[in-house]
Amino acid sequence: MVYSFRLYVAGQIERSRAAEANLRALCDFHLAGGYELEVIDATEQPGLAEEQRILATPTVVRLAPLPQRRVIGDLSDHQRAAYALGLPERPGPTRQGDEE
Amino acid sequence: MNGSGRLERLATGINGFDQVALGGLTKGRTTLVTGSTGSGKTLFAVEFLGRAILRSGEPGVFVTFEETPADLRRNWASLGFPIRQWESEGKWAFVDASADFEEAPVIGAYDFGALAARIGHAAHQIGAARVSVDSLDVVFTRFADPGVVRHELARVTAALETAGVTAVITAERANEYDHVSRYGVEEFVLDNVIILRNALVHERRRRTIEIVKMRGAAHRTGEWLFTIDPRDGLVVIPLAFLVPPFAPASLVRVSSGNTELDQMCGGGFFKDAIILLTGPSGAGKTLASLKFIAAGLYGGERCLAFTFDESREQVRRNSLGWGIDLDSPEESGLLRIVCDYPEVASLEDHFIRIRRAIEEHKPDRLVIDTLSALERIVSPRALLDFVIALGALVRQHGITTLLTSAPAGRFTPQLTPSIAGEIASLTDATITLRYFEHVGEIWRAIAVMQTRGSAHDPSIRQVAIDSGGMHIGEPITRTAGILSGTASLPAPGWQADPSGTESSLPDG
Repeated sequence: MVYSFRLYVAGQIERSRAAEANLRALCDFHLAGGYELEVIDATEQPGLAEEQRILATPTVVRLAPLPQRRVIGDLSDHQRAAYALGLPERPGPTRQGDEE
Repeated sequence: MNGSGRLERLATGINGFDQVALGGLTKGRTTLVTGSTGSGKTLFAVEFLGRAILRSGEPGVFVTFEETPADLRRNWASLGFPIRQWESEGKWAFVDASADFEEAPVIGAYDFGALAARIGHAAHQIGAARVSVDSLDVVFTRFADPGVVRHELARVTAALETAGVTAVITAERANEYDHVSRYGVEEFVLDNVIILRNALVHERRRRTIEIVKMRGAAHRTGEWLFTIDPRDGLVVIPLAFLVPPFAPASLVRVSSGNTELDQMCGGGFFKDAIILLTGPSGAGKTLASLKFIAAGLYGGERCLAFTFDESREQVRRNSLGWGIDLDSPEESGLLRIVCDYPEVASLEDHFIRIRRAIEEHKPDRLVIDTLSALERIVSPRALLDFVIALGALVRQHGITTLLTSAPAGRFTPQLTPSIAGEIASLTDATITLRYFEHVGEIWRAIAVMQTRGSAHDPSIRQVAIDSGGMHIGEPITRTAGILSGTASLPAPGWQADPSGTESSLPDG
């Protein structure tokens, strides 16, 4: 089970940096570092933002496991963010399938 | 941004709107278009782009929060907007912000940076100078905290202005006469505000458009009637201001269909004249209209008649009664008669129908019988607007136009029906038919009230109608108060003498 995320931000601003730091901290804690994260700056690659029809930034899209999930905001509330992104409770072997 | 000097205008191409806006929207600025559901906001936003592409190929970006691009492509094809094709030609680009996926939870601070980037990207890619955003309210329902949304949208619109594009943003209003928009969007779209209304007045839908503000730029004020036509889209009425500065007035005379009346008018009507014929019911208006058409047909002119009072069969019977054959010219295509009940459509729609018929039939003569029937469905003010618009239209095409109008009562003391006075000032000649009492008899009288650019017979003359038509006799010299409905003083007996020659006419 590989967790894969794409984080859309707009510009090199504090909010973008905060979102990325929060997301990495969450993943390090819940997934023990076993994840992929791609950061896309919508101001530099607006075409990619258009493809996923991203409106608000930061937006994180969990690409895998399916189903996709989206969360908007800088993820400052770790507990809620972990829940919304469907991250497992604590580091450990991931179970098969998606825990809903 | 523009700090000084005259603001440049950007024509929208929306029928009649640019005349009300005195040239169009202010270039490089953002205009908020608000209205209740079904008021035509989306249409305004679509036409703002589409008309420019049709006219000059100028590209535009459409940001949609509400309908999907697929819906928009399909819905507006009837206007002759091939949006799909325009997209492939790089003239139209969608920024699809419609919500067809599930709501995403919001955790922490966010902004609309991606949206701004996407709009900027799309505009840059196709070189768009126009952007439409439809409609902002949906954003408020999708994101928590209206305060944040408002702040962020304000930044997006500011970015639009910085980018130098001219933008139209739509937003919904809850009530027709209330706040400008539901979520206070007007607070950040400060430059220009347009309100579209769709009110129920006297059991009828009445659409109006009002430019509430256009910062730093003159515009016409008040509510203007408009209609939504499946083919022409938004059509703002009156189109009176459409007319280019007057074409040189025609000096050519055409016959009214009645020799004596021609003489009274100084040799016939001017070819490009608008003539108002007023008179109570039965005084001879319809007869005069039919003769006017017959004279046109006789000379090979194309004629168009709108009658709002009578059915086709009645018109046919009347004309046959006067020995006028309307069937064969209608079959040959020289004549077109449209019989409509006023109630079947709004006045604006009647106007569109008349305009379309004029464009299709290209008449030399036009008859509208009667304006009074139309008065049943609208306020006098709206009817006046209608006549202004109609006048502009027929002048543009140089059509000899005869309008008829009836005062309320048969022996009305009024000189003219409520608005005929104002309408008269828009026409070139006003011909008045009246009944009056004369020693125990009802007589008819005719007078030419006013003509443009020529002398006319100032006398009030008696009129007789028989199977041969209308015969105008000698001036009535001994009776006063005919036009005011207070005829007095017996006049010497008057003999109808249709073949007699008028001897005392001042020559025009």
